[in-house]
Amino acid sequence: MAELLDVILGGTFHAAVLFLVAAGLQLVFGVQKIVNLACGSFYALGAYFGITAVGAAIKLGMPPALFLPILVVAGLLVGLVGLPIERVLRTVYRRDESYQLLITFGFLLMFQDTFRYFWGATPRTMDNVYLAYGTAHFLGIRVPTYNLLVIAASLAIAAILGLFLERTRTGRIVRATAENRDMAEGLGVNASRVFALVFTVGCMLGTVGGALVVPSSAASLDMAVDLVVESFAVVVIGGLGSMRGALVGALIVGMMRASAISLMPEMEMLSVYLVVVAVLILRPAGLFGKAAV
Amino acid sequence: MSHSSIEIARPALLRRTMTLNGIGVLLALIVVMALLPFVASPYVLLLMLPFVGYGIALLGFNLLFGTTGLLSFGHALFLGVGAYTAAVFTSKLSILSFEVILVASALLSGLIALLIGTLCVRYTKIFFGMLTLAFGMLFHSFLYKFYAVTGGDQGMRVLRPLLLGMEWRGGKTAFLTGPFYYYTLVLFAGLGLAMWRITQSPFGLHLRAIRENAGKAAYVGVEIFRMRLSAFVISAIYGGIGGVILAVTTGLADPELAYWTHSGNLVFMAVLGGTGTFAGPAIGALVFVVLQDFVMAITQYWRFVMGGILVLLVVFMPRGLAGTVEMLLSRRGREA
Repeated sequence: MAELLDVILGGTFHAAVLFLVAAGLQLVFGVQKIVNLACGSFYALGAYFGITAVGAAIKLGMPPALFLPILVVAGLLVGLVGLPIERVLRTVYRRDESYQLLITFGFLLMFQDTFRYFWGATPRTMDNVYLAYGTAHFLGIRVPTYNLLVIAASLAIAAILGLFLERTRTGRIVRATAENRDMAEGLGVNASRVFALVFTVGCMLGTVGGALVVPSSAASLDMAVDLVVESFAVVVIGGLGSMRGALVGALIVGMMRASAISLMPEMEMLSVYLVVVAVLILRPAGLFGKAAV
Repeated sequence: MSHSSIEIARPALLRRTMTLNGIGVLLALIVVMALLPFVASPYVLLLMLPFVGYGIALLGFNLLFGTTGLLSFGHALFLGVGAYTAAVFTSKLSILSFEVILVASALLSGLIALLIGTLCVRYTKIFFGMLTLAFGMLFHSFLYKFYAVTGGDQGMRVLRPLLLGMEWRGGKTAFLTGPFYYYTLVLFAGLGLAMWRITQSPFGLHLRAIRENAGKAAYVGVEIFRMRLSAFVISAIYGGIGGVILAVTTGLADPELAYWTHSGNLVFMAVLGGTGTFAGPAIGALVFVVLQDFVMAITQYWRFVMGGILVLLVVFMPRGLAGTVEMLLSRRGREA
C-alpha cells in the first residue's frame, strides 16, 4: 500500500513538471504549428537559472523558505528569452515543417553549449533548500512537502492557463488565430503579436517547469535532450495541440515511469515509448487530438 | 532529356544547370577521393571514412525525404542497427567477413524497417516524424538499458573485419586508410549508382508523384502505401550499411548512434546539401563532417557554432548548398 502510494506520488510529481513543458509545446504547436524541439532547452535553462537565482538570494540573506516564489519568478523572467527566439522563428512560419523542426534543433544545439559555457559540464545541484519545507507524513509514507507544493503550483498554472485561453479576450484571440490565422488577421488581429505572446508564454511554461524541478534533482546537460522525447511522448499520447491531452498524457507518462522504476528499472523509458507506439497504432491522433493528416 | 512529366514542368534554365542533380558530381567526388591517398595525410583519410558512411546513409535518407517527401526524425535507428550488427557479428559470433556483415545488416535494417514502416508510412508530415522519432528512441533505450545484450552506455566493440575473406595485416590506421578505404569507396560508388537507377526508374517517378500530390497520385493508380513503404525499407538498408562503416571506423557501436539528436544531424546534413537534388545530401554529409572537424579543432563550443550555422542555413539558404550553387549558375546563365 505504502509502495503504491509512493509510486503514485512520485508519478504525479514528475507528471506535474512534465505537464508544464508539454503544455508549452502544445500551445506553440496549436497556434504557430511549430513543433519546438528546443522546448527541453527552455526547461534546462529554467533549471540552471533557478539554481543561480536561489544561490544569489541566499547569499543576499533571504530565508530559504522563500525559494519557491524565487524559483517561479526566475523561471518567468528567463522565459523572456522566447521573445528574441520568436523573432528568428518568424522567418519560417510559412515554410515546410522540416525547416521548422531544423531551426529549433539548431537552437537546441546552441543552448547546449550556452549551458556548458555558463554552468559547466558537470551536473549542478541545489543543496539545503529541497527539504526547507520539511516532509509530510500521511498513510504511512513520507513525502517532501516541496513535491506537494510543486504539484499544487502546476495545477494552479494549468487552471490559470485554462481560464486565460477560455475566458479572456486575449485568450479568445489566441484561439481564433490558432483556428485560422488568415481569417483572424482579416478581422484585424495582429497575428505577429499573438505569435510573440504565445511563444513567450510557451517558453515560460518550460522555464518555470525546469526551475520547479531542480531542487529535487540536478541540472545537467542531458536534461534538455532527454526531456524533449519525453514531452513528445506526452503530446503524442495526449494528441497534438490539445491542452487536456497534455494533462492526461503527462499523468500517463509520469505514472508509467514511476511504476517502471519501482518494478523493472530497465523498462523506465522503454515502457513510455511502448505506450506511445500503442497509442499511435490504436488512436493515431492521440487521446484528445484531432484526426491525423 | 527529362524522364518525368514532373521535371518537364520546371523551367528549362534550371534544369540545364541543375548540376548536383545528376550522378556525375557524386562519381567525380568518389574519383577524387580515390586519388586522395596519394596526397592527403592519414588524418584526412580517416575523416573521409565517416563521410562515406554518412554519405551512403544520406543517399537512402534522401530517397525518403527528398524524393518521397517523408521526413524521418528517427533515421539514426538504422545506423544503430548496422553498427550493432557489426558489433555482435565480430565480437560475439566471431563472424568477421565484412560481406556477411554487410548483407546481414542490410537484411536486418530492411526487416525492421518493414515492421516499423507498416505502422509509420500511413502518416505524413509531422506525424511521420514523431512516430519515427518514437521508434528510434525505443531502440535507443533498449540499447542503453539492456547491459547484458548490448553493453549499455559502454557500447560494444567492433573488431577488424575480413575484406573479401582476406585478413589484412598492419596497424589500425593502415587498415582503415588502405584496404578498407578503397573497399568502402567502391561500395559508395556501387550504392550511388544503384540509387541513381532507383530514382530514375518508374518506381522513383511514383515516389516523386506521391511527394508532389499524394491524392492525385493515388487517383491515377499509384499504390501510395506500398511505394512509401518500399522507399522506407530501401532508405533503411542504406542507413544500416552506413552504420556498419561508421562502426568499423570507430571500432565501437554505442547507443548515441541511435539517439534522436543523431537523427537530427542526418536531417541537418540533408538540408545543408540540398534535399531537392540527387547528390546534394551526400555532399552535405561531406561538408558537415569537414565543418564539424574544423569547428571542433577551434573551439570546444562547436555545438553552438553548428547550431548557429543550422539556424542561418534554414533562414537564408533553405535550399542548401545545391540550391545556392544552382541559383548562382542560373544567374550567370541569364547574364551571359
